[in-house]
Amino acid sequence: MGTARHRFGSTLSALPSRFPHGSPNRSPRRSPKRFPTLAAVAAAGLSLVLVAGCGGGGDTGEAKTKDGKTVISMGLFGVMGFKESGLLDRYMEENPDILIEADVAGDEQTYYTALQTHLAAGSGLKDIQGIEIGRAKELVDTRSDKFADLSKTPGLDHFLPWKSSQVTTEDGKLLGLGTDIGPMAVCYRKDLFEQAGLPTERAEVEKLWAGDWAKYVDVGRDFKEGNKKDKVAFMDSSSGLFNAMIYGDEKQFYDKDGELIYNDNPVVKDAWKLAADAAESGLTAKLRQFQPGWDPGLANGTFATAVCPAWMLAHISEKAGPANQGKWDVARAPKGANWGGAFLGVMDNSPVKKEAADLIAWLTAPEQQAVIFEKLGNFPSSKTALDIPEVANGKSEYFSDAPIGQIFGDAAKEIPDEQVLGRKDGTIKDTFSAGLQLIEGQGKSPDEAWKTTDERIKKLTR
Amino acid sequence: MATSTPSARTDGQPPPTPDGSTGKGGAGRGATAGQSRRNILHRLDVRAVPYAFIAPFFLIFGAFGLYPLIYTFWISMHRVELSTMDMMEWRGLANFTELIDDERFWNALTNTFTIGVISTVPQLLMALVLAHLLNYRLRGSTFFRVAVLTPYATSIAAAALVFTMLFERDFGMINWGLSFFGIENVDWENQKWPAQFAISAIVIWRWTGYNALLYLAAMQAIPRDLYEAAAIDGASRWQQFRQVTIPGISATIVFTIVLSTIGATQLFGEPLIFGQGPNGISGGADNQYQTLGLLLYEEGWKNYQMGRAATIAWAMFLILVLVFVLQRVAARVKAGRPARAAKVTKKTKSTPSATS
Repeated sequence: MGTARHRFGSTLSALPSRFPHGSPNRSPRRSPKRFPTLAAVAAAGLSLVLVAGCGGGGDTGEAKTKDGKTVISMGLFGVMGFKESGLLDRYMEENPDILIEADVAGDEQTYYTALQTHLAAGSGLKDIQGIEIGRAKELVDTRSDKFADLSKTPGLDHFLPWKSSQVTTEDGKLLGLGTDIGPMAVCYRKDLFEQAGLPTERAEVEKLWAGDWAKYVDVGRDFKEGNKKDKVAFMDSSSGLFNAMIYGDEKQFYDKDGELIYNDNPVVKDAWKLAADAAESGLTAKLRQFQPGWDPGLANGTFATAVCPAWMLAHISEKAGPANQGKWDVARAPKGANWGGAFLGVMDNSPVKKEAADLIAWLTAPEQQAVIFEKLGNFPSSKTALDIPEVANGKSEYFSDAPIGQIFGDAAKEIPDEQVLGRKDGTIKDTFSAGLQLIEGQGKSPDEAWKTTDERIKKLTR
Repeated sequence: MATSTPSARTDGQPPPTPDGSTGKGGAGRGATAGQSRRNILHRLDVRAVPYAFIAPFFLIFGAFGLYPLIYTFWISMHRVELSTMDMMEWRGLANFTELIDDERFWNALTNTFTIGVISTVPQLLMALVLAHLLNYRLRGSTFFRVAVLTPYATSIAAAALVFTMLFERDFGMINWGLSFFGIENVDWENQKWPAQFAISAIVIWRWTGYNALLYLAAMQAIPRDLYEAAAIDGASRWQQFRQVTIPGISATIVFTIVLSTIGATQLFGEPLIFGQGPNGISGGADNQYQTLGLLLYEEGWKNYQMGRAATIAWAMFLILVLVFVLQRVAARVKAGRPARAAKVTKKTKSTPSATS
């Protein structure tokens, strides 16, 4: 390092020569006495303050504003719709003594990480916290003591039977009230179906694959046969098909006792086989939903179908753009399934527990769920709401006036009455998606990909 | 302590003995209580104030550097999940032995190394060339100097997002450009080397200008007469670059290599955003570009296993320490050679530039 230093005097070596008479902190020529002592004390004090500053903080516990309003804070994520639909404003208008402060995180992953940290620390929590379905089981298992019991809330029987059971502990404590759900259908491009010589009318398309997902893949083969334009694939990704198949059953990766069963569960095995088959046969566009390439794929029509939960319609219509309005349509899926959904819970140590519980009971009541469906398309988890005209007669102008209220409503009723959740459901699902990509993108054999996936799941659940 | 302080003199004290002893002597010669207190204050001033001045750094370092380091080590000895940080299960060093047996760790280590090499080497070479060009007298040099620094000022997220779009398979600009040369669409994300190359491109783009400015600063400290002397001796521009410039900035080169090594070891943001979503966290479906930073993130913030994540953090720390020690040893071995007292131009030929 040092060979060149003295010859050329690089900037880095200039330092030692600055104090030619020895170390700088010895023998100060003039020592203004008071100043350094004071400054030193001040500096030391300041650093103590800085160090201490990172402790403390946390719950404010302040539940009233100056003019006597009760403040309810909410932690939400993504587009849950309460703020966007104006429902929160309406509640504040109808209840002038309430002030709602909703904090919306765009990304659920970030939101949940913060929520976990706050739960572990016991501070920084809002009065109301949103719970994504993939996290429900973990919270039920590990943090049920932090949530208020909502099971005494009047009028809970309007929810779909499986919705509330997902956030109920073994001893009957209800941690949250259901917001939306994600019943599934198949979104398809009429123009591309026509090109391939397939029927384009909704009723006929549904008949092509009615009752069996394997038929859906067969239609894909016909599509490939009929469409000589190589660039268009039948479906966007094999993982979409995999999700739709496993979520039509009451159990996926875990059994009720929390044991991993994906290895023996025929539902998972069958879904894997069919999805791997579709991937190997080149029926997919080798894309990942919500990842780069998927959005332009929607706009440019690089694939003809996508398995779509109700909440995906908003995304598709936004990304495919006005140019494709009327080209897309929605058909019933071979089998009803549920992908996604959320809950609202109240924290047990909230000073406004009662008011917060009233608020979420109102927000998740059938009428309000119908409003959110009408404005944003999030599908109600309330059985009663399915029969409200705004929902039952709901149509999507973008998707060729498809009767989405009817289609998704029927799918919602087909969902099994019990839905067993597991602690690592979300991560395991992602691992399966990656496994299918090994077939699609890396050209691995289904057996090899299953082996890798199995190993990965064992490691992450260990 | 030979000089007395003026403040002591104005108090009417006899100056301390000139033999170099401190104020102690003055206090010993029958001074009053007030005077001795003043002397104590004086000594405290001289002795303690420097410590007080540097105290903020050490206090902050202790709170934000040392404590987290030790606490991370403590966590790495446990099995603990993020949602239940208050429930820890003692595992001793089991996390470390498991990590050594884990092929994902070795895969991530290899990827970190390969991405590190294919990003650091071209980056530093290009920075060297850029700095050399900027070192010429040229019109609008300030503009160019600022311009090379702009990528560094861009946020990783923005840069990585733009590059992700450029390297997109179906509609990316790079594949579009390649198609004119009859090259089929490259699946940048899904294939190992294209993915690593694309990530390196982001790193190179971001850091080249930064390093170039460091080199430029060092180059400007090289005396002009050396170049003049070399020119008189008949050295070409290239010879001047190799035999005057490079040795002149060798210390800076080592510095940038150390910086880049640390940066490469901690490579995280670029691959995470390049993969987007779950694939970014696992570094591709086949972990083809998962770096150590990403593996840490996956264990900590996807699997929520804080104990295992802390273990990886410590492994990374140990790797950096190891690299640092090796570099010191190499420098020491080098310095031990007789190449030490080289003279200006002629001898530099025999002195290999201290870049390694």
